[in-house]
Amino acid sequence: MATTTDLRQRVLPVAAMALAAVLIWYLGAWVTNAPGAIERVLAPAGIPWNWQDLLKATTGMERPVLPAPHQVALDFWSSLADWPVDSPRNLLYHVAVTGETTLVGFVLGTLLGLVLSVLIVHSRTLDKALLPWIVASQSVPVLAIAPIVLVILGSLGFSGLAPKAVIAMYLSFFPVTVAMVQGLRSPQVIETEMMHTYAASRWQSLWLLRLPAALPFLFPALRVGIAASLVGAMVAELPTGATAGLGARLLTGSYYGNTLAIWSALLMSALLGLALTSLVALAEHLVLRHRRQP
Amino acid sequence: MKPVATPSIWITVAVLAASAFGAGLLLLHPAAQGQGMPTALFWLCATALGALAVWTLRRVAALHGTRLDAVLTAGLFGLWVLYFWQLLVVAFEVPRVLLPAPSLIAQSLIDNAPKLWGDFTQTVLKAVAAGWVLGCGLGFGVAIAIDRLPFLQRGLLPLASLTSTVPLVAVAPIAVMLFGFDWQSKAAVVVLMTFFPMLISTLAGLQAAGKLERELMHSYAASYGRTLLSLRLPAATPFLFSALKVNATLALIGAIVAEFFGSPTSGLGFRISTEAARMNMPLVWGAIVVAAVTGSVAYALLAQLERRAAFWHPSIRGQ
Repeated sequence: MATTTDLRQRVLPVAAMALAAVLIWYLGAWVTNAPGAIERVLAPAGIPWNWQDLLKATTGMERPVLPAPHQVALDFWSSLADWPVDSPRNLLYHVAVTGETTLVGFVLGTLLGLVLSVLIVHSRTLDKALLPWIVASQSVPVLAIAPIVLVILGSLGFSGLAPKAVIAMYLSFFPVTVAMVQGLRSPQVIETEMMHTYAASRWQSLWLLRLPAALPFLFPALRVGIAASLVGAMVAELPTGATAGLGARLLTGSYYGNTLAIWSALLMSALLGLALTSLVALAEHLVLRHRRQP
Repeated sequence: MKPVATPSIWITVAVLAASAFGAGLLLLHPAAQGQGMPTALFWLCATALGALAVWTLRRVAALHGTRLDAVLTAGLFGLWVLYFWQLLVVAFEVPRVLLPAPSLIAQSLIDNAPKLWGDFTQTVLKAVAAGWVLGCGLGFGVAIAIDRLPFLQRGLLPLASLTSTVPLVAVAPIAVMLFGFDWQSKAAVVVLMTFFPMLISTLAGLQAAGKLERELMHSYAASYGRTLLSLRLPAATPFLFSALKVNATLALIGAIVAEFFGSPTSGLGFRISTEAARMNMPLVWGAIVVAAVTGSVAYALLAQLERRAAFWHPSIRGQ
């Protein structure tokens, strides 16, 4: 019983919307590709053509302005199936490169955020001097600094993973810091006073009271953080002229006007983003499983 | 936090004045001007000044908190960071490529003002402004339109929240393909990036009005439109503004990153990526300063507007 209402309440509307999106996509592909298709495919053939030929031509071009969904799906599949995993033609190879950067940057950023938030909670000076700058830096397009970080680290002799991971790191540490400061302060006065009556040290009250209380704040921030880390990793691949990674794949696709490659890489990065956030959601579920739902 | 005894404000002021005097004196040292090697005495003074700086920060932070004190501490911290940046970069003779001194960045900002102004108009006034207005407007409009259609809402919301996990900046090359190299393609990326947060926030905001108030409107036989205008939209204003603020930052990021994928020969993102490739770091930092100031000013303006528009809301009144 529950499943049928579930189906009607959740799955059906989403499926309908997804279907509508695909239809609009096809419509867009027909409209945007039509002039090119007439000029390059139908007119040179010299034979009269009708609208069915036009439909077929617009969704089967090699370098369409806007590829049709099935073309993207085919290209996506062929890149996975037709090439070995270690070939740069295979998207999984690029996923491995970008995913590695993202995860390293995310772990570093989370650690940095945790350390900073603990320091901020325990030091009035840091709280008043540093936290406002961290919050204000949220309103600044931090990604713009990416090329500078690459140049600085490059001239210090770091190349490859390190500079990209640093960019991913500084995109993901903001949400963690801000949420953890809030979370570490979330225990009620009565609870902190109880720790005080137990003569708990600062360290004990951090470990036994503040950190557990902050966990529900931490995980939403981690979800935001890992998505930001992925964006950072992809953008970091742009100015370096990197040859591997989803961002580099997007850039080469855009240089050579290879729309199918761009769309496949976009699809792949969306899937990677989904997979990474689901991973964090899974960890949240496992860690907070025993908590009572409020 | 243990209550601290209120320290005398006059001692704090005296310490501040002394540290400012010392900082000024140290800047006059030849090593701080980039002439000659720093001596041991210079290092001793710099270290002492560093300790003094930390002490001033602690004293100012311990002042009892009105809003002004919070700004003071943060401002003082920023000033000290700038000061030591300048002092140490010049004294250590850090290569300009690595980290230019703040004075050099300021110089380059002044020298390249016309260029940067062109970038600002290209990126901010054209791409970001158009994209932000259009994206937020569309998000708001669609949210209002589907507010009455639960079917559409249930279908769109999961898809819309999925997009927060997708790196949307990656559509930039596609936008360039479809809309050309000029600002229109950047605006398209910005529209896409700002649309979903606005949609989600508006829908959440429309649910924010309390049951009691809604029933009151119902008992007045108020129409849907009247309820929307008089009750639900006002109740949604904090949600709308938080989306507008988040979107202002997102829009800047989207436009700048989209310019990394190809742009005409102006624009902040173009300037940053090309000048970084030419190792002209002071100008890169200058462009970043422009972007940072733009982001902060936009945020501050929106926050101010929110305070005017939703002055009655508990989240504003509480401040």
